[in-house]
Amino acid sequence: MDKIEQLRREIAEKEAELVQLRAQLVDAEKLSAGIENDKDEGEGEWKWPLAESDYERYSRQMIVPNFGLQGQLNIKHAKVLLVGAGGLGCPAAAYLAGAGVGTLGLVDGDAVEASNLHRQVAHSTDRVGMMKVDSAVTYLKGLNPTITYRAHATHLTPQNAEEIVSQYDLVLDCTDHPTSRYLISDICVLLSKPLISASAFQTSGQLIVLNNPPGKGPCYRCVFPKPPPPESVIGCGEGGIIGPVVGVMGVLQALEAIKLLVRGDHLKSRAGDEEAVKQVGMLLFSAMGDVPFRTVRMRGKRKGCFACAGDDSALTLNELKTSMDYIQFCGVNQPVKLLQPEERISVVEYERISRESKTHLLLDVREKEHFGLSNIRGSINIPIGRFTAHRGEGSELSDLIPGDVPPDAPIYIVCRVGNDSQIATKKLKDLGVDRNGERFIGDILGGLKAWKAAVDPSLPFI
Amino acid sequence: MASTPDDAAAHLSLDVEFSGGLEMLFSDQRQHSLTLPAEDKDGNPSTIAFLIHHLCENVMKDTRKELFVLQDHLRPGILVLINDADWELEGEEEYELKNGDNILFVSTLHGG
Repeated sequence: MDKIEQLRREIAEKEAELVQLRAQLVDAEKLSAGIENDKDEGEGEWKWPLAESDYERYSRQMIVPNFGLQGQLNIKHAKVLLVGAGGLGCPAAAYLAGAGVGTLGLVDGDAVEASNLHRQVAHSTDRVGMMKVDSAVTYLKGLNPTITYRAHATHLTPQNAEEIVSQYDLVLDCTDHPTSRYLISDICVLLSKPLISASAFQTSGQLIVLNNPPGKGPCYRCVFPKPPPPESVIGCGEGGIIGPVVGVMGVLQALEAIKLLVRGDHLKSRAGDEEAVKQVGMLLFSAMGDVPFRTVRMRGKRKGCFACAGDDSALTLNELKTSMDYIQFCGVNQPVKLLQPEERISVVEYERISRESKTHLLLDVREKEHFGLSNIRGSINIPIGRFTAHRGEGSELSDLIPGDVPPDAPIYIVCRVGNDSQIATKKLKDLGVDRNGERFIGDILGGLKAWKAAVDPSLPFI
Repeated sequence: MASTPDDAAAHLSLDVEFSGGLEMLFSDQRQHSLTLPAEDKDGNPSTIAFLIHHLCENVMKDTRKELFVLQDHLRPGILVLINDADWELEGEEEYELKNGDNILFVSTLHGG
């Protein structure tokens, strides 16, 4: 394993080196062409505003009505920051690099994992383990070596946000958590940067342009003043995501960025610009819906907004840096603690019980997709939703427990990591299935994750 | 008493939709055609607040109400769109429902 890792890393390093060399070659060629042009005085002198190669590279977009040379120059002189080099950031960065954005910055503190590759199209199998920003820049330099890349191999924090974001004209929020979404919006308001925000989950996506023009359009807090309760926030790692769904949203972010830069929105000064703010729309994408795309009309700026009210009560840069705790603001998911220690057994203990071949029931309460991928032999899948939907009195218990099991057979409940299994156990007890303690009902501590660690390392854990 | 034309107006037909994962709380069904009384028991016009209460009491199968309503109000992180407009443009909970309205509940997404 170590050998494979080492080889992968070496290949990745060599590839990065190769990209660097190619970029140097392009630069050197450009320089030498420039020198030759200089020598060729008079008619040989290059007198056009873009480099010769740019006319070829960007011709197909420059001839689109209303894009033109000025559009390309706006893009060339723009500095765009993408926060997050994942499912949204990879496609967005690819199109922005391709379009010739002069300086492209990427912020991400994570490394590439194999489970990223189905959607994070700038990374590759032999760059697993590499920092995402470095992997993405390797890919982007291959695509367009003529622009400037800045890799910030860190997560955005209240402490580093000003230093990083102030280097750019426009920000794309390609992150995956409410904490970063509020932080990015706040810093964009404070530094007067327009923000293009997108998100995706399973088969749905959302897109909205915020703080545009800066100080006039609503910010993330205007639209979502209160964060969602932490237990309702499920990441792509747990809930899943279809590659093209998040890809579509990232591509749309790049499109909004190009539209904004070509119009020159980022160049309009904050003060004195009296143009009316247009109605803000949010694009909702629902891959499985009858109407996959719809745009809904959103509210404008919120009076008294914590971040963008523009008066003495509003957040300051110094406060953001020294006293904002975004993790506390969004809340932390507390581990479920519904059961007493005697109601829970370890994976090792269950393994012993399963070998005794006494009649018992093992219920796996994960979703059927998870169960279909890997499970403990003999377990029966009853997804947690069936427990939480059960209304109690008068409802059929056969929804939850197979009918052919002896009424005194003990019931063990397992899930992914040991949270939902407690909810299901408690539900069965509340329904009286344990007959006042005559029948054992308990859950398996640590779920399938613990089972893999202690009993069966071959079990695929997702 | 014979029925009068008023009776037809005494009920509202609504298209209610859930997306962004909220459909999970409503039997995995995205679209629901509902009929609501045009007035609540005190004779006031039916509002979005009344609809939310109705959804919780009569439509939601899941017992995890806290994933939809917290302290008698819609939980943070759910957008309500009335005929494709943010409900904040329409008066939020106080908006008086009209026959044929399309009400969309969307959970805000954070993944990326």
